[in-house]
Amino acid sequence: MTMTQKFGLGCALLGAIGYAAAADAAEQITFVSQGGAYQQAQTVAILDPSAKKLGITINQDSIPDAWPAIKTQVGSGKPIWDVVDTPTGNCLRGGEQGLIEKLDFSKIPNGAAMPEAYRSPYSVSYEFYSSVLSYSQKTFPKDAPNSWADFWDVKKFPGRRALRNHPFATLEAALMADGVAPDKLYPLDVDRAFKKLEEIKPHITVWWTSGAQSAQLLNDGEVDMEMAWNGRVTAVAKEGAKVAFTYNQGILQSTSLCILKGAPNLATAVKFLNEAVDPVHQANLPLHIDYGPGNPKAFETGVIKPERAAQLPSEPANAAKQALMSYAWWSSPAGEAAEKRWASFMQK
Amino acid sequence: MPTTSVPDPSEKHQRREHGLMLALVSPALLVILALIVLPVGWLAWQSVYHDGFTLENYRRIFTEDIYWRSFALTFEISLAVTVIALLLGYPVAYLANSVPKGWSILILSLVVLPFWTSVLVRAYAWLALLQRTGVINQFLRYLELISEPLALVHNTFGTVVATVHILLPFMVLPLYATMQKIPNDLMQAGASLGASPTLTFMRVFLPLSLPGVLAGCTMVFVLCLGFYITPELLGGGRTVMVSMLVSRNVELYNQFGAASAVAVVLLVSVLAIFFAVSRFISLDRVLGQK
Repeated sequence: MTMTQKFGLGCALLGAIGYAAAADAAEQITFVSQGGAYQQAQTVAILDPSAKKLGITINQDSIPDAWPAIKTQVGSGKPIWDVVDTPTGNCLRGGEQGLIEKLDFSKIPNGAAMPEAYRSPYSVSYEFYSSVLSYSQKTFPKDAPNSWADFWDVKKFPGRRALRNHPFATLEAALMADGVAPDKLYPLDVDRAFKKLEEIKPHITVWWTSGAQSAQLLNDGEVDMEMAWNGRVTAVAKEGAKVAFTYNQGILQSTSLCILKGAPNLATAVKFLNEAVDPVHQANLPLHIDYGPGNPKAFETGVIKPERAAQLPSEPANAAKQALMSYAWWSSPAGEAAEKRWASFMQK
Repeated sequence: MPTTSVPDPSEKHQRREHGLMLALVSPALLVILALIVLPVGWLAWQSVYHDGFTLENYRRIFTEDIYWRSFALTFEISLAVTVIALLLGYPVAYLANSVPKGWSILILSLVVLPFWTSVLVRAYAWLALLQRTGVINQFLRYLELISEPLALVHNTFGTVVATVHILLPFMVLPLYATMQKIPNDLMQAGASLGASPTLTFMRVFLPLSLPGVLAGCTMVFVLCLGFYITPELLGGGRTVMVSMLVSRNVELYNQFGAASAVAVVLLVSVLAIFFAVSRFISLDRVLGQK
């Protein structure tokens, strides 16, 4: 883009912003997350306080998997969403494919202050969660399954099982069940993982597709053990279901915030993005749901009490028991090939 | 043949009427063009064009096992749903047709009532009924008819049950519309000639209701081919119907062509079915309620 073009575009943008501001006094953005207890917690901890502080309106939408929608919206040239909270891999992939805006960190001081590992040119970490082994305490009042090897052991731990209908974390779990150490997983031995999955496949009652579905399965006692996201399990337990989980061999994952290329409210979106990773808002999130803050500075604010921190997936001692998912591997050609292979595995 | 130079006034009148008709229909035609023809055309175009002309997306469909399995499963499920819907729907339509007006309105409103509930809600309702700890399994265990809960859902069975429930009105309504047009005199004539009610039904009523059967079956079958929510929620992840492949392909191949190609193959199958059926009956006679 030449200087003149940039200037022209800048003028057009300014004009558009001026026009938008004149037409609608309150700035607004559309923020998208994954729904359920998780989005409710964010609303209280981060979204409402951010909206109040910035004096903007945050319209919310939710979708279990934002990736196809990001492709569609940006592909159509007229995205309706601004900021998306989505697994970090989507932000990286989207950035490489020109679907996600490159961030100007000079306008995002809170993000710039985060360690390099917590951000990419396209995204900032928003929260950490973990794919854990959860189980019904009714079925397993004591001697509960405590590792993926236990999950695979249908003789010692009889009962109905569910796994996520997606290779992410599932392949990692299969490899750990087969004896691979949590810190030696990558690059994944895909053949070995699928071979191990074939073993457990006849014993899987449900391959769940959404977090809400996994929660429902546990809550209704439809399965006795399953892989689920730690926050979903806690939410079900809080409602009175006798369920629990272990962080042992959990797969630590993160979602990040990123902005759709050509987002309708880009300037406001950047402002919001900075506000959303503010250490205090971030520290408030784990007070409402069992997900760890994306900004590690949150642990220094004093908002999270030590006993609370101990329950969080990204708390150092808990993190040490888990495998840290490599989004770089999953975005690599080998990772994408493994993702394609999943479909044929499911239908065999 | 002698020709006349005097224009036939009725012909002129007819032409004007045609022109007027066309003008009146054109807004609807434009809407269809803009909302159906253009997007579908664009969809088909994407399936063969991605940085140049390519048949890669179709090659994949016709060479990889999973596509064949999904299409086969989709047609099996659609067939099962259609047969069950017909067996359930025909008696209902027959009853609605043979009782007094007030009762038939009641029956038809009961058939249409579920239309007002979201498909998603109905799918979850079936989950509550069919799952391991669901109403049906609890009840059967209470009666001690079974010792272990039955696997009623998270499989093809659960998918079929919920889909039948959702599509039943599409079977009952065309059947009822057809049955309404069968003159009652014919049945009386049959009876007056000494035929038993069963015989008049088999020889007179049933053959005359066949266009409705065919129309209902076509509607249900074709709608079922594109079902998404029930297999997704009640199929347990194993029941992968074609519509689910469409969404999965968007995710996997990072471009719409792969998904469009699946949609195009499904669309062509549906058109082929409509074409085949229209050779036997005129669909608009049944659907258009003339």
